[in-house]
Parts: sequence; structure tokens; C-alpha cells
Amino acid sequence: MTNTTVTARATDGIARRARRRSTALGLLAWVVGLGFCLPAGWMLLTSFHSEQDAAANPPALGAALTLDGYRSFFERGGDGPWPPLINSATAAVLSTVLVLLLALPAAYALSIRPVRKWTDVMFFFLSTKMLPVVAGLLPVYLFARNTGLLDNIWLLVLLYTSMNLPIAVWMMQSFLADVPVSIIEAARVDGARLPTVLGRVVAPIAGPGIAATALICFIFSWNELLFAGVLTGVVAQTAPVFLTGFVTSEGLFLAQLCAASVVVSLPVLAAGYAAQDKLVQGLSLGAVK
Amino acid sequence: MSTSVGTAPKVSSARAAAPVRPRGGLRAWATRAPLLPALVFLVAVTQLPFVATLVISLFDWNSYDPDARRFTGLSNYATVVTDPALQESVLTTVLLTASVVIVSVVLGLGLALLLDRAFFGRGFVRTLLITPFLLVPVSAALLWKHVLYNPEYGLLNGAWAWVAGLFGDTDPAQPDWISGMPLVAVEAALVWQWTPFMMLILLAGLQSRPGEMVEAARLDGANSLQIFRYLTLPHLRRYLELGVLLGSIYIVQHFDAVFTITSGGLGTANLPYTIYQTFYKAHEYGLASAAGVVVVIGTMVLATFALRVVSSLFREEANRA
Repeated sequence: MTNTTVTARATDGIARRARRRSTALGLLAWVVGLGFCLPAGWMLLTSFHSEQDAAANPPALGAALTLDGYRSFFERGGDGPWPPLINSATAAVLSTVLVLLLALPAAYALSIRPVRKWTDVMFFFLSTKMLPVVAGLLPVYLFARNTGLLDNIWLLVLLYTSMNLPIAVWMMQSFLADVPVSIIEAARVDGARLPTVLGRVVAPIAGPGIAATALICFIFSWNELLFAGVLTGVVAQTAPVFLTGFVTSEGLFLAQLCAASVVVSLPVLAAGYAAQDKLVQGLSLGAVK
Repeated sequence: MSTSVGTAPKVSSARAAAPVRPRGGLRAWATRAPLLPALVFLVAVTQLPFVATLVISLFDWNSYDPDARRFTGLSNYATVVTDPALQESVLTTVLLTASVVIVSVVLGLGLALLLDRAFFGRGFVRTLLITPFLLVPVSAALLWKHVLYNPEYGLLNGAWAWVAGLFGDTDPAQPDWISGMPLVAVEAALVWQWTPFMMLILLAGLQSRPGEMVEAARLDGANSLQIFRYLTLPHLRRYLELGVLLGSIYIVQHFDAVFTITSGGLGTANLPYTIYQTFYKAHEYGLASAAGVVVVIGTMVLATFALRVVSSLFREEANRA
């Protein structure tokens, strides 16, 4: 009797200590998380400051908020940042659509009804991703110059498609492999034709994964700088290239720069927050589930 | 690069063995056909340019002097291997990649362990933590260069001035971070961007760890450190390898931060930046191509190792299927 009370009291003490430790670690996680996000938070805050407050030292933490940074960013030059933003959106969206059109049939051939030696084909796809971009840049540049494709958004669309295609095939292979073959067989036995099977059976199961794949392709294309910087100039300039030219041209406007960075990052941030789990799964080529 | 393909594991998954594979010419082509557009497209857009790079690397070719273009065999490679600037950028690339990957894996592991427990607002903290990874790389680089590092109004020196002010020091030291420690400045910005990525992968690994095993070990009297050393770490090995592998592939090729923060100055030019300069600014086409080929050979060494890691992951998936 006394024995059990003692044990109960002891476990009670251990539990209390464990609880206290867990609270402390939770607090630590909050502090580290906030600290880690601080530079980005500071950028957001600065984007709402006036140029004078943005450049204050020590930092003007409680300064009045204003939209001037955003206003001057959008009123820059004649058209402001719209042409580069539209170019980036065009390149990212079109190449993502192209990737899906090419990768979906390929992934189908590699997962649901696998061709022979399908692992070899998968490794070929992955090995193209390990070819450093910079090793093929010069021929692409010369090709573009000789064919008049320099400063043309379509060239970027093609290059971004090839850049993201291997990742997309890997990801989608793993998502399509989640569809049980028996269900497909059953549907076919019931007389469903291929389009019906794809639409009614495969799409609902693999759909979220395919959406995540599209998202990752979009993010990578939107972020890309090296190709865009070398192969575009005035007409087809993308948002990251626009950002790099932002600072040197007419001195530095810190609030405006922060506003610009926030605006350019916004599509990626929104997409990434919306699909956090799928993002990891995709970036680790579907290996982490 | 496709030479490594031969090392692919022989997979005997239930699915591959299932009697769905049609025999006979026509039907075999029908299963292969969906693959062809993607394969043809990839070969045309990624492999052909590399072959062209190989050919150009054998020429002495500066576009300022196009008439002097001539075949020189391997002499560009000799120049690449002996050029001190290029040697330095090889060293920079190795240093940059190794330090960023190691530091961000270690930090990412710490963060993943912190987040692998229930606490109030865990989802929100995770969202905060992944923000650096989701910023457009150029914005992140500009943020570090101008908003944080700037000696006059950057946040680092600003915060220091504020703290010093609290203690009555009105004229504290205001170091110029980028010229003072250029490589570390670039590395810090990259570590900040890549730690969340490592954290996400390792967190997924931690959450796939079977809970009963840890419970059993605890009942047997193992302390937290022992559980971490003998249970968690071995389980995480694959995830650590995957993080190192993917991080290396991306950071070896990294261009944006070097281009933005230091413009390759002060000993921070890595290989991608140096090659970019050799052909885009100096117009030395042959030399740039040879350097590009050297990078590919280096990456192949990394990739052979990498493919082995991935194939071990792959084998598990194939067995499960």
C-alpha cells in the first residue's frame, strides 16, 4: 500500500519535471523560430517605413508606417515592375504546364504499367539534373544569338521545362505508384476506358501530389536567375533579373528595395505556406513519406 | 552522366513482376510511347548543349577575336588546371559547399528535434522557420547585403549600436561585414536559406520513427542521450544523407548569392560564377567551356556517390510497392 503511494508520488514528480522541461523546450522553439524569421520580418517592416526611417541607425523600430515604398516601387520608370513580373509569371506558368504535359505520360509509363528497366530510365532522368547548368549555358547562348532567340521568353520556357522535368518525373512516379493497380484493373474489368480510369481513379488519388509537383516547378522557374540573366535583356527580363538591376541603377532606396523583395517573393511564399508538407516530399524526390 | 545508370539496382517489385507487361513489338511500343516525348525533349535540351560545350572546349576561341578561332586540342584544359584564379575558385566552391551544407544540417537537426514534440503553436513556428527557404534567392541575397550587412544602416550594426547605446557607448565599432569577412558573409546568408530545408527533411524523418521503440527503450532505462545516439541517429541516417546530397547538388551550382552579395570579389568567386565571368565578361569561350567540363567531372564524382544513396532509398520504395 505505502509502496504504491511512493511509486505514484515518484512518477508524479517525474511527470511534472517532464512537463516543465517540455514547456521550456516549447518556449525555446518559439524563440528560435522568431529569431530565425527576424531578418525576413525586418524586411517586411522596413518595406512599410519611409526611406528616412529605413536608413536610421539605431533602427527606427516604432517609426510610422507608410505605403510609400510600395508606391514608388510600382511607379518606377514608365511601366514599373509589371513587365518583369508578367514575364516571370509567363515563363513559370507555361513551363509548368509543359512539364506536366511531358511528365505525366512518362510517369504513367514508369509506375502504373512500368516499361522494362524502368529504374534505369528513372536514373537517367535524375542524372540530367546533376549536370551543372553552367556547363551548357554557353552553347545555349550561342544558339540563341544565332537564331535571334535572345531576349525571348519562349527560350526561357523551354529551358525551365528541361530544368524541372526530371524532378517532376521522379515526384510523379512516386505519387502515381501510390495508386493501387488492383483498383485500376477492377475499373478496366468493369469496362471503363483509359480516359475514365485516369479521370475517375488515378486523378483523385494522385491529384494532390501532382498539384505539389506543379507548385515546385513553378517556384524553381520563378526563382531562376542565371539563365534569365544571361539570355534575356530588356523585353523578356524576369523579376529576379529586375531585382538585381534595381540597386545599381540609381542609388539605394532601402524601403523600396524591401517592398520589391516582398512583392517578388509573395507568390512563392503563398504557394509554399499552402503546401508545406507536400513541399518536403517533393523536394526529397518523393523519398520521404 | 548516364554512365552511372548502370549502377541502378535490379528491382524485383511485385508490380514489375505483375503480368501487366505486354509482350510483342506493337504493344511494347505502346507502353514505351508515353515516355518518348519527355526523353527526347530532355536529351535535346540538356545533353546536346553539353556535347557542344565539349567541342568548344577544344578550341581557342575568344569572341572579341573571332578570326583567330582554331583547334587547340587539350590546351584549354592545361590552362584551366594551372590557372591560379580557377584553382582558387575550385577551393572556394569546396569550402562554400562543405561549410554551408554541414552547418545547415547541424542547425536543421537541432531545429527538427525541437519541433518534434507537441507544444503550443507548433505549426505556426514551423511556418516561421520555413520562410527563409521560400524567399526568392535574389531577394534573400539583397536582404543580407543591404538590409543586414550594410555598415551604415544595416540591422546588424544598427542593433549593435542600440545595445551599446543602452550601456552609454555612443560611438560603438561599426564593422563592414562584407569586406571584413566576405566568404563568411555569403555562407551565413546561404546557411540561413538552407537550414529550413534540412529541418523539413529531418523532421519528416523524425516523424516516421516508430514511437513504440523509443517507448520500449525508455522503459528499459535508456536516457534521452542514449535514445538519440542509438535509436534516433541511425534511423535518421538516410534522411541526413538525402539532405547532404540534395544540399550539395544545389549549393555546388549556386550562383545568386555570390553574384549579388560580393559579385565574386574578395575571394568568393565559386566555379559557376567564374565560368559565367569567363564567357560572359571575358568572352573566352574555349576556356569557359573547358572549365565547365571540369565542373561536370567534379559533379560526376559527387553524383556517383549521390546516386548510390538515392538508389538505397529507391530500393526500399520498390520493395514496399
